[in-house]
Amino acid sequence: MIVSRTLTVNGQSYPVAVAASETLLDVLRDKIALTGTKKGCNVGDCGACLVMVDGQTMNSCLLLATEMEGKSITTIEGIAQNGVLTPLQRAFVQEGGVQCGYCTPGMVLSATALLERNSDPSKEEIKAALAGNLCRCTGYTGIIRSVERCKNYREDGTCAKRDEPAGKPASGNGRPDLGGAAGGSVGGSVGVSVPRVDAVDKVTGRAEYTADLSFQNMVYAKILGSPIAHGRIKKIDTSKARALPGVLDILTADDVPDTMYGVSPARYDEHILAKDKVRHHGDEVAAVAAIDEKTAERAVALIEVEYEELPVVLNPMEAMAEGAPQVHERYERNINTHVDHKFGDVEGGFAQSAHVREEVFTGNTIYQCPMEPHASIAMWDPDGTLVLYSSTQVPHYVQYMMAHVLHMPLGKIRVIRPTVGGGFGGKAETTPLDICAALFSRRLGRPVKMIYSREEMFLHGRGRHKQHMHFKIGVDSEGRIQSFSSKIYLDGGAYSSFGVATAYYAGSVIPTLYKIPAYKYDGYRVMTNKPASGAMRGHGVPQPRFAFECLLNMIADDLGIDPVEIRWRNSIDPNTLTVNEMEVGSCEFRATLEASAKKSNWNEKWGKLPLGKGIGIASGGFVSGAGYCIYRGQVQLSHEKPREPFVKKSIFPHANAIVKISEDGMAAILLIGAAEIGQGSDTVLTQMCAHSLGIPMDRMRIRSEDSDISPLDLGSYSSRVTLMAGHAVSRAGEAVFEKMKPYAARLLDCDEASVTAQNARVFVQGDDSRSVPWEEVARKYFNENGPLVGTGCYKPPDGLGGDYKGSTVGTSPAYSFGTAICEVSVDLETGKIKIDHFTDYHDCGTPINPLAVHGQVEGAVAMGASETIFEDVQFDEKGLLQNHNLHGYLMMSIMDAPEIFSGLVDSYEPRGPFGAKEIGEGSTLPVLGAVAHAIANATGVWIKDLPITPEKVLKALREKKSATAEKVASS
Amino acid sequence: MTWHLECTINDAPVTRDIPEDLTLLDFLRDHLGLTGSKGACLEGECGSCTVHLDDAPVCSCLTLAAQAHGRSVCTVEALAESTTLDPIQQAFIDTGAAQCGYCTPGLLMAGRTLLDRTAFPEANHLLTSIEGNLCRCTGYASIIEAIQIAANESKA
Repeated sequence: MIVSRTLTVNGQSYPVAVAASETLLDVLRDKIALTGTKKGCNVGDCGACLVMVDGQTMNSCLLLATEMEGKSITTIEGIAQNGVLTPLQRAFVQEGGVQCGYCTPGMVLSATALLERNSDPSKEEIKAALAGNLCRCTGYTGIIRSVERCKNYREDGTCAKRDEPAGKPASGNGRPDLGGAAGGSVGGSVGVSVPRVDAVDKVTGRAEYTADLSFQNMVYAKILGSPIAHGRIKKIDTSKARALPGVLDILTADDVPDTMYGVSPARYDEHILAKDKVRHHGDEVAAVAAIDEKTAERAVALIEVEYEELPVVLNPMEAMAEGAPQVHERYERNINTHVDHKFGDVEGGFAQSAHVREEVFTGNTIYQCPMEPHASIAMWDPDGTLVLYSSTQVPHYVQYMMAHVLHMPLGKIRVIRPTVGGGFGGKAETTPLDICAALFSRRLGRPVKMIYSREEMFLHGRGRHKQHMHFKIGVDSEGRIQSFSSKIYLDGGAYSSFGVATAYYAGSVIPTLYKIPAYKYDGYRVMTNKPASGAMRGHGVPQPRFAFECLLNMIADDLGIDPVEIRWRNSIDPNTLTVNEMEVGSCEFRATLEASAKKSNWNEKWGKLPLGKGIGIASGGFVSGAGYCIYRGQVQLSHEKPREPFVKKSIFPHANAIVKISEDGMAAILLIGAAEIGQGSDTVLTQMCAHSLGIPMDRMRIRSEDSDISPLDLGSYSSRVTLMAGHAVSRAGEAVFEKMKPYAARLLDCDEASVTAQNARVFVQGDDSRSVPWEEVARKYFNENGPLVGTGCYKPPDGLGGDYKGSTVGTSPAYSFGTAICEVSVDLETGKIKIDHFTDYHDCGTPINPLAVHGQVEGAVAMGASETIFEDVQFDEKGLLQNHNLHGYLMMSIMDAPEIFSGLVDSYEPRGPFGAKEIGEGSTLPVLGAVAHAIANATGVWIKDLPITPEKVLKALREKKSATAEKVASS
Repeated sequence: MTWHLECTINDAPVTRDIPEDLTLLDFLRDHLGLTGSKGACLEGECGSCTVHLDDAPVCSCLTLAAQAHGRSVCTVEALAESTTLDPIQQAFIDTGAAQCGYCTPGLLMAGRTLLDRTAFPEANHLLTSIEGNLCRCTGYASIIEAIQIAANESKA
């Protein structure tokens, strides 16, 4: 039933024809083309679709469009007037209230409505007003800062000046001068908290994510997932679906290339659509293309599949048992990867230890839950080039995998990454959406759009591996580590995904923090009938790090050593080769310990808090970029080349940049393929390039979204962008300035060597009275040579890592360090945990943009705290996923988010651009252990399996009570 | 006033409530996102907006969308069969009959009509079939040639 309605949106009347079942959200996005309002869950959990209806904030996914006649609707597009941002929007830009931007429209509207009814809200009132808006990036800290900045704005006409930013950027300490390091030009854009370059687009709804794009003659497709966790496909009958009007095409395994794909080249074990067997709930079986999304959804439901159900295995220990059901024939006893690492004299180390303690820890299954669901749009150019729009954090690997699946050269595949609403590892692989959209589009000759629903996101999986960890540490009488052994079973789910790397990472990054003379790691990644586990923020390391830090704290308690002190005593030194041959360069780990203990008043609190209040500490660190590419050899299809032996060097540069100067010299366009996914890479890369060029940020533009425009970059994973792409962009900037030098020298009548630039002036070093405008020099170059272009690239150093199997995983040019101190309140009657406060200090080298760094830390703390006490993907005994939505899978809302202090310690990494190294993933690592320690400190009981729920706390408290009672009774 | 329109566009059923004075061209371009049909004069002079209404070529700028009620509309987007180009499209490519491309959708639809109606078009048929379509780039020779080639292929 289609009816006619006139909707009033942002003061304009829109006559629209709507179906009775159509939501306001769909009508706004699809019929009025106002795509600033986002679809995050479509069931009212997330608030991304929030709009104002007659001044009241409402989730537009829960409103029927037919009911909206005569009401005044305000969307994010109606907030800024005539292109002028409101003070609140400006505050979101300036205070780091925006990262990926997908929750931002809803956040801005909620906060706008709050300030309209209450111009001076308290922090609690702000939290209550934003309680229905989920954010996965910021940890809510920057959002609260943004709203607080606007308090009372209307009354005094100016923004209230906020307190100084949490962390102070590092300075001084005899490090090389930044200008000197940049080789000629001095920009002044590095080390400064500039707002994100994409922030204005994100607070106004202008930023376009993949699902926001439409193309002429576009059609839609949906995938049918398996309703069971393990079974043989007996028969697929698509006839009813095919008969539905509007259905254009259907794909099953018979219609798609019979090519296995995946992530690790040695373990390509996924079919495009399930062939013969389904291995997990939601395993992709068939796909339908139709004239619109609803028709495609209806048609998917009409496909009839007959399964022969098979027994399921749901945990790695059972899956390894003799006779357990096999998930894949090729993995004996379901073991997908076995790691057997031993360094130093492990047994001898334990024998000489004064104290040895071993414990078993269990992790949880965590899903990244980026606010933006995966989306792809594919179309083909008449010359046979595939154009693929994909919400990915690794455009190059998508290009590589599409080439593999379609048997085409990489050069015929153009991947475009529109604005991406968060990744956290979940968007680090090629999806069935990418592949099916490309196949449908080729068959139909039309653009094809595919989007996962929130439920399908969960069923596709690729979240954090649940790890079962048996850890043992031996120390001398002063708490110095003598030996460490770990045995870990990783729950891999049904496919390899990133799991080979995950299994190695779970061991390899543990020795980069402490002096560990002997280390044994026995790891098993095992297949189970669950959605595949993949890479997530801190890849493989957060749960082992949680276990290690908890065990270290237990040992400190056993020996009566302060937990800060035991870390100090074991802390690794700068310029150390670890026992597993990782090259640690700069290391200010001790400074993070000292600063966080001091800032949190650790000495006044540790051991002195009342029952129910707790303080805890843990540390962590991570790689600054993987030392090696995921595939071996040069950039070409793997079937074009024999399997090459591994060599300890990068075959090709992992990051590449081009800088092109406009012909009038007034703009520099930076072309780099690094993937902006909300973490801020476009901004920090622009800063570094501007610095090397010697021009201010406002003369820079960045194009990072299109593989046709920008050269190869391996993407946003392994915390690699700031260090690796940073080198590429600053070298490209330097190359441009080198070309300008002869022309500047002529204009300034000086030596080329003494030419330098800053703030768009080129001048004689040491005599800034002799200067010319930067653009004038650029024009002179163009007049004689044509385009002024510079290129730069970065290869990780040769020879990283040892010579043992798996030695590449965990190698990196540099390592980060951090310490977090957590304070909690636990209600001993109910077990309810409130995480009150976090103090975090990080050694990220020299920060390029402190605001962005703090934003990463704040987001990591909230995400890590959330996974410690709330999050767990749950399955029933048949392997069916139980909580595939944001009301069943709990992620931290603003009401639960802790106060976070993020600080940085002075540090300089010689291998990083301008001394910088990573922040995004390393900042997650201390969080889990610090929360667990604080809870143990508050309650007197250690909970060793995640998440630490009220039920587990209460149970442990009761057990402790009855054990004490028994002891008293028996004595 | 709105009109309840039910019609078929490129073989797909379409149901919409539309303003009575909406032209078919605007309906195709603005309501359905089918922007292949071009508007260049909006008064029936140039032929860039030519579409088929029940197999007859019409200027969609002079046709009300409401006139399509109960009828079948075909636009340039539906000329190719999935990824296989219509012979007339291939002929336009081969003879260089598309330069700026703005008149091309209308010329293709007009030329297609001729081929649908006449198995053996004569030279004057070729000319009259596209007399309502203006082109500023090609001088028409390559267009005539393209339609002739497509006609020959249809015969073969």
